[in-house]
Amino acid sequence: MTTGPTDPSWARARLHVVTGKGGTGKTTVASAIALALASTPAHVLLTEVEGRQGISQTFDVPPLGTDETRVVRLPGGGEVVGLAIEPKAALLEYLQLFYKLGRAGKLLEKFGAIDFATTIAPGVRDVLLIGKIYEANRRRRDGKHKGDAPHVYDGIVLDAPPTGRIGRFLSVNAEVADLARVGPIASQASSITRLLESEQTVVHLVTLLEEMPVQETLEAIDDLRAKGLHPGAIIVNMVREPLLDDTALEQAREGRLHKPSIRTQLGEAGVKATPELVDGLLEEARDHAQRIDLEREQLALLEATGLPIVQLPALPGGVDSGSVRELADLLVPLFVRHAGVGPGSGRVRA
Amino acid sequence: MSPGPVSTEPPLLNVDALIDDPATQIVVCCGSGGVGKTTTAAALGLRAAESGRKVVVLTIDPARRLAQSLGLTELDNTPRPVTDIDASAGGSLHAMMLDMKRTFDEVVIAHSEPGKAEQILANPFYQAVSSSFAGTQEYMAMEKLGQLKAGAGTEDAPWDLIVVDTPPSRSALDFLDAPNRLGSFLDGRFIRLLTAPAKAGGRAGLKVFGVGVQIVTSTMTKVLGGQMLSDVQTFVNALDTMFGGFRERADETYRLLSEDGTAFLVVAAPERDALREASFFVDRLEADGMPLAGLVVNRIGRVSATGVTPSRALAAAESLEESGGPKSASNAAGLLRLHASLVRTAERQRELADRFSRSHPGIPVVQVPALGRDVHDLDGLREIGHALAGS
Repeated sequence: MTTGPTDPSWARARLHVVTGKGGTGKTTVASAIALALASTPAHVLLTEVEGRQGISQTFDVPPLGTDETRVVRLPGGGEVVGLAIEPKAALLEYLQLFYKLGRAGKLLEKFGAIDFATTIAPGVRDVLLIGKIYEANRRRRDGKHKGDAPHVYDGIVLDAPPTGRIGRFLSVNAEVADLARVGPIASQASSITRLLESEQTVVHLVTLLEEMPVQETLEAIDDLRAKGLHPGAIIVNMVREPLLDDTALEQAREGRLHKPSIRTQLGEAGVKATPELVDGLLEEARDHAQRIDLEREQLALLEATGLPIVQLPALPGGVDSGSVRELADLLVPLFVRHAGVGPGSGRVRA
Repeated sequence: MSPGPVSTEPPLLNVDALIDDPATQIVVCCGSGGVGKTTTAAALGLRAAESGRKVVVLTIDPARRLAQSLGLTELDNTPRPVTDIDASAGGSLHAMMLDMKRTFDEVVIAHSEPGKAEQILANPFYQAVSSSFAGTQEYMAMEKLGQLKAGAGTEDAPWDLIVVDTPPSRSALDFLDAPNRLGSFLDGRFIRLLTAPAKAGGRAGLKVFGVGVQIVTSTMTKVLGGQMLSDVQTFVNALDTMFGGFRERADETYRLLSEDGTAFLVVAAPERDALREASFFVDRLEADGMPLAGLVVNRIGRVSATGVTPSRALAAAESLEESGGPKSASNAAGLLRLHASLVRTAERQRELADRFSRSHPGIPVVQVPALGRDVHDLDGLREIGHALAGS
């Protein structure tokens, strides 16, 4: 279910950054967004930067290396290419590209300079990680990075660090500016910042309808806006539909569900309505009603941001490569402009 | 080896025995993000305090309302007494939130001469490392833990039990690795390379490293910019006298963690990823000889009704819905569907927890049911503490 603006200003965004508090299903949602985008059909790059191998687990493919590897091909011709970006490899590649280092690359490694640059030097790591995405975003099918040839990737999805760190991760320019004032890292940071602050980039936030993740989401939205970045959609994950109507929920909350008639109905359906069963069911209903109240309060807080909100259902059997496609279908209406146009478009499952 | 039981039933984690044992001095709650570590640490601290221990809880990044429930209104890096607890058993409770930058500043000030401390604090590289280096929070949590332990037993610091919540790391293992990482950075070859010229009074020092050095420094200068390297050099030279101190303190805290008075509680949510992280952590603790008390599986779905299986409940719900009966029929059907989904969820969660226990036999486990609401007062923490004790 989608609420809020359904034709957002970012409908033409190329880079979709996905963040969320730990445990909200950030990687699953990033994977589902990649599939939704690929369904048009399109070539989509799905990247991760935290060394977790979340993409390979979600799609049930062997662990990803530093090469771009196709993880899914959709029936309509779209595909999702996976990439696990690793800062050390990114730095060596970067040095090789710009400095043709040869032996010096090995020396740098030997002296711990690579370790230094990728783990200690603040911001450099993030510039390298996003730099890789920056490059993939510009790459054309003729191998060049400018010109009229079509882009290699129609869209890029980044499974980014969690909400607590997203603002800092994306404000690489400010991070390195104090330290590396000149040199290629500094100029790389400026180009990256231009991309991140442009309309090409949106940041989607994954949350659950619980107090802490919602609080972090709201804080992250403020932070992103203050930094000149563009929050995209809020994706509320693992939503459970209420199993009672509003009147019944209210009665359940106040302990006013009529016990004798419930008992009668259970009997009609052939269930032995022991007092333990009936009292237990009413207690479960009260817990359920309280949980729904809390979820509605939290949803109202999210709605106040004015961002589009998509709700994804809880998957009863947990996440696997099939169920992530079901989620992708639910994301298609918001993420794919003109969904339904063209062959095989707007549908992830075969 | 004597033959063990084949059953997968894990021993029950006895939290009360752990916190009531005066020999237990530190409890570390660890696990991946979003599993309820902070709440677990706070609930455990409260329970210990109300059973007579003098407790301090060190939290890293608590939810605002949880912090308020502990009386923490500001992040001031100092343990504050928590009032409103039941102190009839003679216990007390302090709580604090970690401010990593401030902790780092305090270490610098405590370990260097006044003029030098200011120089370090003003260095842009120091400022960046102390507020954003990926391992700083973990390192400073360790540092603070060491301080709390060292200062324990005075009037202002009456605690004899420290409960620590670990930072919301990418991986639960970061907490154990970060001090070492910072240590190896400070002792690392690259840092020696950077400091050598200054120490040896100029170019002479470079000879120690041979010709490779110039390639390395010139490349780094090209890539990172000369200013950054010179800031690092200033920082490193200023900190030089403190390095030994840092390294030693990190080692000492690490040793403290492996002592008998420490107990690690691994916290997980009943989900695949969280339990996988828990597995890594348990293996790592065992490999490092760290004292593992057990696993807390948090927020297991609560089932109150008994006497009907999920499939039976769903079949009955369907027949009620088909009957087109009164409102009470659709309500009863809703209750049955709700019950079926609760049971199924709980079964799946138990299966995940059992899978963990099958691959880690002998590790004590306690399952904590989910509350219907978020916790933000002492009563909520008491309820969690009660469940942690397996009652």
